[in-house]
Amino acid sequence: MHYGFPIIAGLVIFIGLLCAPFALGTGKTYKQPEVKLPAGEKECIESVEFMREQHMVLLDQWRDWALRDGKRIYTNHNGKEFVISLQNTCMKCHTNKAEFCDKCHTDAGVSPYCWDCHTQPEGLK
Amino acid sequence: MKNNRRAFIKLAAVAAAGLAVAPKAMASSGGHSPVKANPKGLHAKQWAMVIDSTKLHSEEEIAKLADSCHKIHNVPELTGKKEVKWLWSDIYPHTFPEQENPHLAEEVHHRHYPLLCNHCEHPSCVRVCPTKATFKRPDGIVAMDYHRCIGCRYCMAACPYGSRSFNWGEPRKNLDLANLNPKFPTRMRGVVEKCNFCVERLAVGDMPACVEASEGAIVFGDLYDPESPVRKVLRERFTLRRKPAAGTEPCVYYVI
Ligand code: SF4
Ligand code: SF4
Repeated sequence: MHYGFPIIAGLVIFIGLLCAPFALGTGKTYKQPEVKLPAGEKECIESVEFMREQHMVLLDQWRDWALRDGKRIYTNHNGKEFVISLQNTCMKCHTNKAEFCDKCHTDAGVSPYCWDCHTQPEGLK
Repeated sequence: MKNNRRAFIKLAAVAAAGLAVAPKAMASSGGHSPVKANPKGLHAKQWAMVIDSTKLHSEEEIAKLADSCHKIHNVPELTGKKEVKWLWSDIYPHTFPEQENPHLAEEVHHRHYPLLCNHCEHPSCVRVCPTKATFKRPDGIVAMDYHRCIGCRYCMAACPYGSRSFNWGEPRKNLDLANLNPKFPTRMRGVVEKCNFCVERLAVGDMPACVEASEGAIVFGDLYDPESPVRKVLRERFTLRRKPAAGTEPCVYYVI
């Protein structure tokens, strides 16, 4: 085989690089980001599980309901009512975007553009 | 054989019942349609505005209205071609170019007229928007969904009144960040914006900000309710609308 050695060496390096993240990552355990929960409030508008898994779906529905359908009152699964507003309802409890929203978003590598328009409770600088 | 067929049909029935239930069960989180309008909100078939230009016509008076509007909606302050405006003023020939005559009363000719989006009954801006980011609500308000605007500016080309502004740059750079209205969002670069007839205020039972600031010179109400304050003025006074030939049926009327 012509060039046998360089081909094999190249393959080894390539596969080594391919596996490097896995090799380097073994032994380390994933640590969930520690978000700061609102001090005064115990309950969110829906259950913790629901909010964890579906807040993005809910916010997406909220914006259409409020803006396009003109329906601005949300009744949750327990029958409690809330005004539909990211800025005026969510962020009234979650008063620190950096300590709450950003923590998970940065960890998950997503950057939603909500705050290009909605103002965060700590104000804009 | 007989038994088998019976079992099969039973199973099929169960499966069909399952199919009928499944979509509801799956949609139970989103499908629980738990929303309603704010009971305090104001409703109409077609919101409209009548501006008494005999009471409200100096540049300063109109600038005051624009100020209150722009403050509560976090409209950036810019001049020149990149200007963003929801409410502004202009003189008669620019306001009513089709209704000019060479011997018009001088005072009427030189008056300033408050201008804003007319929330037209047949809005050309809505017809041309490719993403439905601008749309007509059931109460007649022509609204903007900034989440969906792609900044193509077809609506600006289609509006015969110049009622729309485009955010060429980052609007927050031209806002006083210390004095924002924290209840209303700002916008982002690359979207079109305009007057929204204060939908967010109507939703909680308040009148539009400019109507409140006008101290009676602007009335606001339902165009299709003969008892509304708007219809009352229209019955009693002579009014003009801007560029009637454009066929958009503007809902802002001017007492001359
Ligand atoms: S005034 Fe212009 S922007 Fe407003 S509804 Fe009419 S066409 Fe659309
Ligand atoms: S109706 Fe509201 S948004 Fe429109 S010009 Fe008046 S204050 Fe501004």
